[in-house]
Amino acid sequence: MNQIVEKVLFSEKVAKFVVDAPRIARSRKPGHFVIIRVDEKGERIPLTIAGADPVKGTIDLVVQKMGVSSTKLFNLNEGESILDMVGPLGKATHIHQAGTILACGGGVGVAPMLPIVEAFKKAGNRVISILAARNKELIILEDEIRKWSDEVIIMTDDGSYGTKGLVTTGAEMVIQREKINECIAIGPAVMMKFTSLLTKKYEIPTQASLNAIMVDGTGMCGACRVSVGGHTLFTCIDGPEFDAHQIDFDELIVRLGGYSAEEKLANERFLLSN
Amino acid sequence: MNGFCYPINSTEMSTNKEYLQNERNQEWRAELRKRIANKDRTAKIRVKMPEMEPEVRIKYQDREVNTGLTEAMAQSEASRCLDCANPTCIDGCPVSINIPKFVKYIELGSFLEAAKTLKETSALPAVCGRVCPQEKQCEATCFYTVKLQKEPVAIGHLERFAADYERESGFMSVPEVAPSNGIKVAAIGSGPASLSFAGDMIKLGYDVTVFEALHEIGGVLKYGIPEFRLPNKIVDVELDNLQKMGVKFVRNFIVGKTASFEDLKEEGFEAFFVASGAGLPRFMNIPGENFNGILSSNEYLTRVNLMNAASDEFDTPIIKGKNVAVIGGGNTAMDSVRTAKRLGAERAIIVYRRSRVEMPARVEEVHHAEEEGIEFINLANPIEYFADEKGKVNRMRVQRMGLGEPDASGRRRPIVLEGSEFDISVDLVVVAVGVSPNPLIPSEVKELKVSKWGTIEVNEETMQSSIPEMFAGGDIVRGGATVILAMGDGRKAAAKMDEYLQEKLKK
Repeated sequence: MNQIVEKVLFSEKVAKFVVDAPRIARSRKPGHFVIIRVDEKGERIPLTIAGADPVKGTIDLVVQKMGVSSTKLFNLNEGESILDMVGPLGKATHIHQAGTILACGGGVGVAPMLPIVEAFKKAGNRVISILAARNKELIILEDEIRKWSDEVIIMTDDGSYGTKGLVTTGAEMVIQREKINECIAIGPAVMMKFTSLLTKKYEIPTQASLNAIMVDGTGMCGACRVSVGGHTLFTCIDGPEFDAHQIDFDELIVRLGGYSAEEKLANERFLLSN
Repeated sequence: MNGFCYPINSTEMSTNKEYLQNERNQEWRAELRKRIANKDRTAKIRVKMPEMEPEVRIKYQDREVNTGLTEAMAQSEASRCLDCANPTCIDGCPVSINIPKFVKYIELGSFLEAAKTLKETSALPAVCGRVCPQEKQCEATCFYTVKLQKEPVAIGHLERFAADYERESGFMSVPEVAPSNGIKVAAIGSGPASLSFAGDMIKLGYDVTVFEALHEIGGVLKYGIPEFRLPNKIVDVELDNLQKMGVKFVRNFIVGKTASFEDLKEEGFEAFFVASGAGLPRFMNIPGENFNGILSSNEYLTRVNLMNAASDEFDTPIIKGKNVAVIGGGNTAMDSVRTAKRLGAERAIIVYRRSRVEMPARVEEVHHAEEEGIEFINLANPIEYFADEKGKVNRMRVQRMGLGEPDASGRRRPIVLEGSEFDISVDLVVVAVGVSPNPLIPSEVKELKVSKWGTIEVNEETMQSSIPEMFAGGDIVRGGATVILAMGDGRKAAAKMDEYLQEKLKK
């Protein structure tokens, strides 16, 4: 049982949870994720860790209300508990001194990007962050990202905040302006696909952090298979970060919908019963 | 009862000829042998395990196929056992159960004593009585099989009977444990190897903690083997028994990730038994294998068995295929295909590259599958998958195979028959072609010696790895074997770790 110490609403559908998990708070590194199960009937879902306080023994998780499981989690309040949590899982981000880093975060992907941005900054890099979302309401963690970035660019689809346009518009502007040594992209698969296509054009090494379907998160089930450079790898133990230019994003997008019919039915049942 | 206050190093105890002789010479055993003449014993026909009718059982994911022997059946079967002076059956048991003793207790009608006997050396008798391949072990070395060329005593059925009788009697005995020696040891993983290790170490007085990555204890017994073969509640009773003996279970904890070995050493753990299993499913790397609707048997069975995905009340989704192909010929393949049938498949097919004779699955499982209307397309191997416009599998291309010379496994090698391809309509494919060792621990502990297959290298005599305080057993060492072999490893590791720690303590 992991108790929710604090819940911060970012918007109607996005919230940050500060969760009691002392062991994970101590051992996690940027890029790691956890698997949680909200209650006895719940499924196991992966969530990337958005931050941790090893002294208080807490980790931060950011959740967007989507289907049954994310809604159940979103609906939990301070003082309530998540039934099961295991981690930290996956390989940590390779943090090193690269020069200038371009960090592109889309939607709630900004949450797992935060500790990576912080670590790259602390490693002595110049960090330029682009936060992109559909509208102003969905831009999250801006202040926290600013703290660890030399420059922050905000992009919204509807122009309600920052510059109107997609993440790639902002990224290309930066790339044409100055030398970028490495790029990281975290967000919806489509967003990462187009960011990757862009940086490939400019031959900038790029890492993308994938959020695949998982059951156990320890290499056991293979639900999170992804094709990278023509090889099938497991997101949970080989990732979650991969060389974006080698990822078969089209396959990834199809695989993310692997249970969409079943999930839709489950969501309908869930809405009826609540 | 046997003069021991607790079974110190019970591996040695049960294989010790003198000990076995003394047990056999006890008055009740000698008297029982005289009750029936051997020729009358051998004239009896082997009992048949009662089963639920195939038409009925395929409607239920959670009802056991084998329904268990009655008391009369069990006693009659037990009376076939000749209580041999040289009980070769024990040599066939990886955990060295004192087989004649427990069988004779059944003949006598002392069913609780029979169960107690099982628990002297086995941490999971109700499990072993259900899933052990007895036909390749104790029953293969039974006097009836070896010398009389008759059907062996149904040792497996009797084991299950005794364990079930005890559980249902409400008089579960908790094996005696030695006074605590305060030495902390850890078992990593909570499958059969670990549980068996934990059972022996706690009896020896150690402070045992079992760490499990998943949210439930039991490993493959819970996520892998379906309820129609091994109900979860039966596993739970055995776990409860271990808990009563003092074993501590920690869920949601990955040693090497949640905390490092160094952290645990600082917390006082003196030695580790790594039994993290063969958790990495193999795929065939053929075109189209990553289409939706193609999954590993691990994923399929975990969704159903561990996550209850077949029930609408649970959130985990499952694809309920109408035309399901399961690739492989092992027990996991049989478990998967029979699960698919129970979840409503109209056609549930095994596609296996060799013939029925080479199938690694237990004969009983193949037989049950056939009764349930499972189709077998043997001597066939998938070479490509096709999908609809949404990326969901709808067809598989299969190639006919022939059989050539025997390979390293002694089984005839499958050979491709060129130009023999044909297509099968499918909407769900479960790949059950084997598993590789879980890489988590080897990747976290760099000094640990690992084979080229990723299994942990151990001294076969001691189960000790290249790191002295780290022992290992089960599938992480074997690469993919059986519950009982894993349990045997656990017992051996416990005995040897005990020696190692006692030796270290003297210094």
